[in-house]
Amino acid sequence: MQEAKIAIRDLACRRGDRVLFRGLSLALNAGEALQVAGGNGIGKSSLLRIVAGLAPAFAGTVEREGAIGLVDERPALDTSQALGDALAFWARIDGTSQDAAQAARDRLGLADLLDVPVRYLSTGQKKRAALARLIGQAAPLWLLDEPLNGLDVHAVELTEAIVAEHCAGGGIALVASHQPFRIEGLQRLALADFAL
Amino acid sequence: MTGRVFALLKRDLARLLLGGRGGGALMPVLFFLSVAMLYPFAVGPDAPLLARTGGGVIWVAALLAAILPLDRLVEPDIEQGQFDQWALRGISEELVIAVRVLAHWLSFGPPLMLATLPAAALLGLEAGTLAIVELGLLAGTPGLAALGVTVAALTAGLRGGTALAGLLVIPMAVPILIFGAGSLAIGGESGLALTAAASLVLLAIAPFAGGAAVRAARG
Repeated sequence: MQEAKIAIRDLACRRGDRVLFRGLSLALNAGEALQVAGGNGIGKSSLLRIVAGLAPAFAGTVEREGAIGLVDERPALDTSQALGDALAFWARIDGTSQDAAQAARDRLGLADLLDVPVRYLSTGQKKRAALARLIGQAAPLWLLDEPLNGLDVHAVELTEAIVAEHCAGGGIALVASHQPFRIEGLQRLALADFAL
Repeated sequence: MTGRVFALLKRDLARLLLGGRGGGALMPVLFFLSVAMLYPFAVGPDAPLLARTGGGVIWVAALLAAILPLDRLVEPDIEQGQFDQWALRGISEELVIAVRVLAHWLSFGPPLMLATLPAAALLGLEAGTLAIVELGLLAGTPGLAALGVTVAALTAGLRGGTALAGLLVIPMAVPILIFGAGSLAIGGESGLALTAAASLVLLAIAPFAGGAAVRAARG
């Protein structure tokens, strides 16, 4: 796996004409996982989008080393395609080997759903499909926005295990969630401390 | 990189040419043929009149048919997060838009040129006129595709974006229509070159304007 590092210095985020948080600094090195906690609308998703480079920071800097994998509320799978085709598209884009892609699908219990059009999948099934895409991407930096939303008890445990393995293998996970996320050595950051 | 371009093109063609619920390339072609079929009913069975005006009707029908798939071109990929995922993988919006223009053209340009054959028969066009209409469509439809994708990117996410996109495309497509339909006049063959020139300008602008629009929509 590539070198992995995230360093955030003095970050501030503005949405509309409101500053959501400011003065946020943190550093994550290979193998570390951090949960960003806080209530709705406090800026967890915005923080992840800034770290991903998809949204501009109002102030401060973000340094990253390593490719980024993002799972948010949008699965980025074609609603009209069968799940198997939609995942195969991302496997081709990411250059995932057949075996690795199949292993990820099987592990997340998607094997029986491959013929089903994405629009008929439930929230939890789409979330699992997005996780399979993330695993296939083999990016060292994982940004997970509410990864447990819509998942059943078994899938929650599975997701936690997958994230723990990713970190054990030298990856970094930044999890934004208001739900408890249970993996060993997980650091926590309450975003409310930086809100205005 | 080439592999990624092919993967993008294959996916775009699966969506636009074969189509999911949107009907793919079939809807614009059926729309185009219905206009060609309705026109003789409206103006009556005056063969010389039909033969004289038929080429222009085909052009108008082609332009309007090109507007039909606009809402499926860019907006779903912004909504479902595909553009964000591509950006994270270092695939630029410009590349995606350029591939989309090609896929959009393949899904309506050649099908419309094929549908022009039965449409010309319905309108009683002569062989010479038909040949110029086909050449004009070959020169003009790539420009219409580029324009369609650009405007679809510009209006993605706006309320009533589809209706607005249609309204925006029509005035900007006027040069292609004037030169394309104008080439049907006697001695107007140079119009074909101007149609192709207008197309080339639109093709050159589309990836950059469309890419910038997608980034702006990200906010």
